[in-house]
Amino acid sequence: MTVVRRPVEPLLWLAFSAGGVLAALLVPALLLLFGVAFPLGWLPAPGYPHLDAVVRHPLVRLVLFALCVLALFHAAHRLRYTVRDGLQLRRLSGLIDASCYGAALAGSAAAGYLLLAAG
Amino acid sequence: MADTITLEVARYRPEQEDEPTTQCYEIPMRREWTVLDGLNHVKDRLDGTLSFRWSCRMGICGSCGMTIDGDPVLACETFLTDHHPGPVRVEPLRNFPVIRDLVVELTDFMAKLPHVMPWLVADEPPPDTEYLQKPAEVDEYQQYSMCINCMLCYAACPVYGLERDFLGPALIALAQRYNLDSRDHGDHDRLEILSAPEGIWDCTFVGECSRACPKGVDPAGAIQRYKLEAAKRTVRSLLLPRGRR
Repeated sequence: MTVVRRPVEPLLWLAFSAGGVLAALLVPALLLLFGVAFPLGWLPAPGYPHLDAVVRHPLVRLVLFALCVLALFHAAHRLRYTVRDGLQLRRLSGLIDASCYGAALAGSAAAGYLLLAAG
Repeated sequence: MADTITLEVARYRPEQEDEPTTQCYEIPMRREWTVLDGLNHVKDRLDGTLSFRWSCRMGICGSCGMTIDGDPVLACETFLTDHHPGPVRVEPLRNFPVIRDLVVELTDFMAKLPHVMPWLVADEPPPDTEYLQKPAEVDEYQQYSMCINCMLCYAACPVYGLERDFLGPALIALAQRYNLDSRDHGDHDRLEILSAPEGIWDCTFVGECSRACPKGVDPAGAIQRYKLEAAKRTVRSLLLPRGRR
């Protein structure tokens, strides 16, 4: 049995793991607030200037950026295994890896641009 | 309840057939009988040529793992009443080559077994007296020591079915059993094999291994726990200077 270190795999798994935890904690709360509670008037909706000021805070931007990046890598990691093993396409592993993580990188760049552009 | 139930048993006799076939046996339907009792009835009374492994009849030896109605289970713990009115489909464990009928080839597992060093690795000679452990120290690894090597987790694991080099659930749980033992000092030696591509990183956390385990070992949990440990070590090795890793 060959013993070859694959240092990138632990890092991808950490991003997958952290993304899963963050998404599970934050996304339902954000969806409940902005998708249900504010539109239905259960809670007083914050005005645009207020939200704009919140998003302009560097810490909020950092948290939102981390959420977007890690959640995208979580999805990429899961999709990679689903496509590779679920569809039994191990011979296309390189292409699948590049597509999944490439899409996550592109999405992260887009999230970063949007968050910066918001300022 | 009917007096009888049918067992649809997968047969493979390499000397007379190239492909597995199915043979049906009608056996008495008894409330207290397991599928293993049914197979033993077939072997003793109906067809002495049927081959299968069994020993303890009480879920201890791990010999009678089979695929029953599609699920990897121990035949000695699977009651006929739970599969009434039948027929009950009995096949060999999946993901293993079949030697004969319900008997599978376990050489791959046995060859990989010593790689995870499933023994206490000591830094220094053992003490002359008992090696005392606190109950909390025993609790750390006891769950993983319950494995009976029945191979149900390998039969349930879709990754093992696709990737023959994968160490597999039971072996990683076994490595954790020793890694978490306060008397053991072999975790650094096991890191090499466990963090290899064929080790923990091949696991995609399907979780079927833990569902199939008849002893509550939770190999999937052991693998995820070790992934965190291996990932922390990787981050440390990338961030810290060599002397402080």
